[in-house]
Amino acid sequence: MAYLELNNICKTYGHADDEVEVLSNINLSIEEGEFVAIVGFTGSGKTTLVNLINGLIQPTKGEVLFKGVPVSGTSHERGVIFQNYSLLPWLTVAQNIYMAVREVFPKKSKSELHALVADYVEMVNLTPAINKRPKELSGGMRQRVAVARALAMKPEMIIMDEPLGALDALTRGNLQDEILNIWGKEKRTALLITNDVDEGIYMADRIIPLRPGPNATLGPEFKIDIERPRDKTALNDNPNFKSTRNAIIEYLMDIGNQRKSKTQKEYILPDLQPKSFVGHF
Amino acid sequence: MKQSITLERVGKFMGLGFLTTLKDLFTGNLEREDFISFLRKVIVPLASILLFIGLWHLGAKALFQREANFKIEKALTDQGQAAADDMKACIASGDVSCQPNTLPAPSQVWDSYKSLLKDHRAISDDKEAFIQKTATINAKREANGQEHITYTGRPSFIDQIIMSLKTVFAGFLLALIIAVPLGVLIGLSPTLRSAFNWFIQIFKPVSPVVWYLLVFMIVKTLLIYSNDDSSFIISFISVGLCSMWATLVNTAMGVSSVDKDYINVAKVLKLGPIQKVFKVILPSSLPLIFTGLKITLSVAWMVLIAIELLAQSPGLGSFVWEEFQNGANDSNSKIIVAMFVIGIIGFLLDRIMLTIQNAVSFNKNEGI
Ligand SMILES: Nc1ncnc2c1ncn2[C@@H]1O[C@H](COP(=O)(O)OP(=O)(O)OP(=O)(O)O)[C@@H](O)[C@H]1O
Ligand SMILES: [Mg+2]
Repeated sequence: MAYLELNNICKTYGHADDEVEVLSNINLSIEEGEFVAIVGFTGSGKTTLVNLINGLIQPTKGEVLFKGVPVSGTSHERGVIFQNYSLLPWLTVAQNIYMAVREVFPKKSKSELHALVADYVEMVNLTPAINKRPKELSGGMRQRVAVARALAMKPEMIIMDEPLGALDALTRGNLQDEILNIWGKEKRTALLITNDVDEGIYMADRIIPLRPGPNATLGPEFKIDIERPRDKTALNDNPNFKSTRNAIIEYLMDIGNQRKSKTQKEYILPDLQPKSFVGHF
Repeated sequence: MKQSITLERVGKFMGLGFLTTLKDLFTGNLEREDFISFLRKVIVPLASILLFIGLWHLGAKALFQREANFKIEKALTDQGQAAADDMKACIASGDVSCQPNTLPAPSQVWDSYKSLLKDHRAISDDKEAFIQKTATINAKREANGQEHITYTGRPSFIDQIIMSLKTVFAGFLLALIIAVPLGVLIGLSPTLRSAFNWFIQIFKPVSPVVWYLLVFMIVKTLLIYSNDDSSFIISFISVGLCSMWATLVNTAMGVSSVDKDYINVAKVLKLGPIQKVFKVILPSSLPLIFTGLKITLSVAWMVLIAIELLAQSPGLGSFVWEEFQNGANDSNSKIIVAMFVIGIIGFLLDRIMLTIQNAVSFNKNEGI
């Protein structure tokens, strides 16, 4: 039995005439301690998939099993980094994180909790901004607060919905390493949603593409057979890296082109290039 | 985060930006481009105030002339030429007995304002003297277990203003105490919302006069055994009930429309229901609640005058009504003084609420 199992998941939004099946027939199983990345086009249903796994929404058909038990709601065992940060604007950085850790560790004393908050704020390099409110932070800083909040809750499984999208390459690299560090050291399980194939290859054990919606399904998985710890600079010369990367990008370009020719016949949509990948070719 | 309170900050915050420009003018800080904005922010309002006073003066003069002419003509047709000449002379002499009773000119209003202040000083002195005079008697009466002798003289204009402010704040507090908790409950529960909807829709548009009568019916019976004057109680309850609707509706709306992202955070953190209300729902609806409270306060101040007038409870409303019925020579100008005082206090109350509202509100996109 896998740690996390998705069996024949379908998710529809809306009723009757407006009904859209966003996800169809999703099957996924993740083993304990694994790091899985899902790459997909914008609007294909990645966030929907994340919310199904963390328990914010329920599937229309099929079931989500976490350690063999159907998921019926949220749990502290599954931590989430939301795509849109979702910080509470009336609380400071420290208060946002404090509120989370107090719920997860009700037995810890106030000073222990404050120390925990300070540690994680330090980890994301936000100590100078610890008493600022979200409106005083840049987008990237907010994203780092969201990362710190999720990691400070020390969840068994960490679910990340494009957590590093708004960061510059340098900060992005640092946080990738921090996440990998925590994942490796504390034997967590991780699910990463990303639109950056390189990020997926650097961090994950497996990459699974999500085919564009509606009726999005998971594509074939790509195993990343590269020794850990991985070295970012050496990665470029690794033949394994090159072939895996090319295979994934080819696959994504293919389904991107298929979709384009299909959608042009059926209805007029804005030209949805897989823009997120362009910079990484 | 501490902020030093400077003239600039407070001024900008309260929408009185021209104060800064004015300060710059005196300290010689003014840039050339700022001069245009100085013109717009200071000179133009001042000019429009002068223009307003000028038009008012001319209008009042025309009205005065019209009524004077009518009086003279009437004397002529009723009593003949001699009476008409008498009337003309009487009006020209400024004698109180025959002055036309019409819209007072700005200068008359200014004189009334000064005389009201003088009157206030006289009454205050009077009160002071009275308290000193009765101090020994009151001490004795207290020793004997008797009631104090209190000053029962006429209240001054300033006393009336203070009474009105007391009534409006009591009414505002009542509205706050009823409307905010009720609004939160209605916002949280769709069932309660549909249960209360008809109630809100029907009672919201009811006029202040009717609220007053309703409250009067109930409070009069409730206090039937009491000898105390219930007019204050009746008027502040009426003010509160009249004005609470904006807060009720805004609070319910704020609570029922909390951003889905915040609710998701509450769910992922697994906050309990009480925590969820106090840590997520209430803070995120505070801006709307304060928008409601701001409307409530301005409505309270607006209906207060009408309600005081009906309830005969001391305050600006009864001041206006008494002056109107009094019909003395300077009554009209005193009414206009009251009008300006009511307007200026209303403006200041609104500014205070706006300041608080700005302090608690946040941009919806800030956390996202
Ligand atoms: N609550 C909802 N009600 C109706 N439709 C929804 C809802 N949430 C998402 N959708 C639809 O489901 C589809 C997938 O949305 P989702 O947010 O999962 O995409 P995504 O892959 O996360 O996109 P992005 O990369 O832009 O974040 C979209 O077409 C969206 O319009
Ligand atoms: Mg998404």
